[in-house]
Amino acid sequence: MSSSAGHTHHGEAHQKPLVGSMGVDSRKLGLWAFIGSETLFFATLILTHLIFYARTTNTLSSVGALELLDPRLGYLAIELTTVLATLLLASSLTMVLALAASKARDWKRFRFWQLATILLGASFVGGQIYEFIHLYHEGLKLAPAYEMHLSHEAYKALSALNIDPSIVRLKEAGEHATALVPSLFGVTFFVMTGFHGLHVTIGIIWLIAIYVKVLRFPESPENPMDIELGGLYWHFVDLVWVAIFTLIYLI
Amino acid sequence: MAIAEQKLTSTAPTTSESFQWRSWLATVDHKKIGIIYIISAFVFFIIGGIEAMLMRVQLGTPNNTFLSADLYNQLFTMHATTMVFLVVMPMNVGIGNYVVPLMIGARDMAFPRLNAFSVWLFLGGGFLLYLSFLTGGATNVGWFAYAPLTQTQFSPGQGVDYWILGLGLTGVASIAGALNFIVTVLNMRAPGMTINRMPLFVWMNLVVSFILIFAFPTFTVASIQLLFDRQFGAAFFNPALGGDAVLWQHLFWFFGHPEVYILILPVMGMISEVLPVYSRKPIFGYSFVAFSGVGIGFLGFIVWAHHMFGTGMGPLANGFFAAASMVIAIPTGVKIFNWIATMWGGDVRLTTAMLYAIGFISMFIIGGISGITLASPPIDLQQTDSYYVVAHFHYVLFGGSILGLFAGAFYWFPKMTGRMLNEMLGKVQFWLMLISMNVTFFPMHFLGTEGMPRRIYTYESGMGWEMWNFIETIGTFFLAFSVLLFIYNVLVSLRSGEVASNDPWDAATLEWVVPSPPPSYNFLHIPQVTSRRPLWDAKYPHSTADDHHGEKSAPSQIRYEYSHEDSPGAKEIHMPTLTYMPMVLSSGLTVAALGFIYINQAILGLPMRVASYVFIAIGFVMVFYAIRGWVLDSRRDSPYLGHH
Repeated sequence: MSSSAGHTHHGEAHQKPLVGSMGVDSRKLGLWAFIGSETLFFATLILTHLIFYARTTNTLSSVGALELLDPRLGYLAIELTTVLATLLLASSLTMVLALAASKARDWKRFRFWQLATILLGASFVGGQIYEFIHLYHEGLKLAPAYEMHLSHEAYKALSALNIDPSIVRLKEAGEHATALVPSLFGVTFFVMTGFHGLHVTIGIIWLIAIYVKVLRFPESPENPMDIELGGLYWHFVDLVWVAIFTLIYLI
Repeated sequence: MAIAEQKLTSTAPTTSESFQWRSWLATVDHKKIGIIYIISAFVFFIIGGIEAMLMRVQLGTPNNTFLSADLYNQLFTMHATTMVFLVVMPMNVGIGNYVVPLMIGARDMAFPRLNAFSVWLFLGGGFLLYLSFLTGGATNVGWFAYAPLTQTQFSPGQGVDYWILGLGLTGVASIAGALNFIVTVLNMRAPGMTINRMPLFVWMNLVVSFILIFAFPTFTVASIQLLFDRQFGAAFFNPALGGDAVLWQHLFWFFGHPEVYILILPVMGMISEVLPVYSRKPIFGYSFVAFSGVGIGFLGFIVWAHHMFGTGMGPLANGFFAAASMVIAIPTGVKIFNWIATMWGGDVRLTTAMLYAIGFISMFIIGGISGITLASPPIDLQQTDSYYVVAHFHYVLFGGSILGLFAGAFYWFPKMTGRMLNEMLGKVQFWLMLISMNVTFFPMHFLGTEGMPRRIYTYESGMGWEMWNFIETIGTFFLAFSVLLFIYNVLVSLRSGEVASNDPWDAATLEWVVPSPPPSYNFLHIPQVTSRRPLWDAKYPHSTADDHHGEKSAPSQIRYEYSHEDSPGAKEIHMPTLTYMPMVLSSGLTVAALGFIYINQAILGLPMRVASYVFIAIGFVMVFYAIRGWVLDSRRDSPYLGHH
């Protein structure tokens, strides 16, 4: 008798122990459901960001200052992020190659591609930390206002607009001119991308754990599924970045 | 494979076994985990009930000074938080944990260690929520924690932070539990237990698990954002700094409304099990009952803003959310008519469980009707934030969830303990509880329409509210007495109740095949299911011709199992080993969460911040230790490796 799943009699254990009544590995099914849940987690973060970003741009465009003070154009460097996005997308490719190698039971090739995935992921996180520090020095902080450095021309143009200081407060100290704009852009941006970075970091730890486990027990028949599960999560985290990159940086 | 020969060695109830802490604290058995859930939820039920009684004493007479305003606010917030997150949810999960694997013919949940993790993390969350009473006062902002009251300038203590982190932990526990239920129900069914043969309680647990994994993340994000507001000056929900108070309401209720179906749907599943058994008929309209549950699950996600008519969203939004809310009456009505039709013409036995099930239907109808009136924006604008709303949700949550849970308790108690509850005491308790809940909650309709706002700690005399408030307070004491009667019944029945056979109610589903209580591995032989009522069809092979709407099924081969821990063959069944790692992991997360509460409280000064970092560090060390141990456990238990 083929029992349902999970806990099987010893004699049958070596066939397909974790495949249940749906014909899918239980852990894989659970991970897919978890990814469904995570989708709403990130959707909420992204929506919150977009709501407050729209509010900031509406306010700024109502006083004619959007072109000079748009926080997205002012802070988010598309060049750096494109490089980071490329690294992360490349890591999805190397992840696929690692899984393919594991299915071919070519552990040398697996180790190479898994390590490449881990390194690409780590460089993404490194790049994000660099970006955060850079933005902090540029005046974008985890605070309900950002302080943008202004060129001389921009300062002059903004001064001429006579904007209510509760919307944009201009400051000039010697050579340095800044505009203080009450906005939640920094808050929503750091919380959203920070939680994504945290997910990538957890993914890296997971991939390292798989790497170590496969290194220690190369003969374990569970390896391909372990790798597939780590990869599934990894692809999801990459996909979230595609959404964030498109919605926050590109459009 | 048909079941070979019967082992006729009957089991005595295992009460003589000595109690071992390890067998509970390190357990991965879904039945023991279920019982931990049930007992914890019941303890929280007593605590939440005491909170309610204190409030009722305060409100019993006008201008009362029994409680201070602040303590009253803490009590009503914690009463709601407790009843929603620490009573009804875990009670549903506990009974589901115990019964669902048995009902689908499985030996455990899909992820037994994750299951243990969920129960301990739920307890960690409950611990944090109640710890706040000792560390400067619990949260006092209401269970939906509207902004900007939750901001530090209005709620300077740590109560709100305890609430965020405590509910954060129970939320993670709930999501982990829901994932476990989804995989268990989809992937662990016995051969022949197709989706359309699953018992309706299993169906509703599946629906609720999907609702849960999609509803909770929104609340998780919103409460994380609130934590950032309070700890790191983020201002998501602080209008004074550009935040948006109404956004909190949207995010909260996008979770909060599906949450009420998380509270009620499993109970509707229990009712759908209890009614057919005591009517000796199959459920009327199985597919309609199942799919109306699915329908309620979907609709539950598009009605959240009916909690927000008072914010002035405009006629278009009001119209949409009002219409969507009223549409929910259709699948709910379908269920109610199907339950009534199940009893119609049946051989009805008015056991205590049956009385509670009928009580559920009657009281839920009252709460449902006041719900439909509240779905209408003009009426809602009159009633919102008044006692009419309090009456409404107590009729659906007490009259609905709690009465239904008592039906489930009387129905499954013999299975879980091997003893029957006393029926006489149970019936007395039922009538006492039914009458006193109506005495307590029905006058709230009148008080609401007379303008008494909810969440006031006292009121002037001469408002015309004295009489009904006094009567409600009297009702509360009788309600409390009926709960005491239940506790007495449980204690007496555990010691000297009638010993329960495998199948004391002559029921239809698989949990009644195995002994009461079942052995750790549940089924010695995984049953081969051929119909919706596998046990019934085995007992009464000729009575089921027209039950399945044309679905032709092979004759059921299911037989009672009289197995025990040492049954021949039981040793061959591979069950996961005991492990403390899930509890260590949950404790680590709880300790770290405690640290996060104090991470940036400038007022508290440096020592507190250092202490918070130490807590976080210890917590994460425990987490990493536990994850490592968990991975090693899972390797040891791997079905590939066996016990090598």
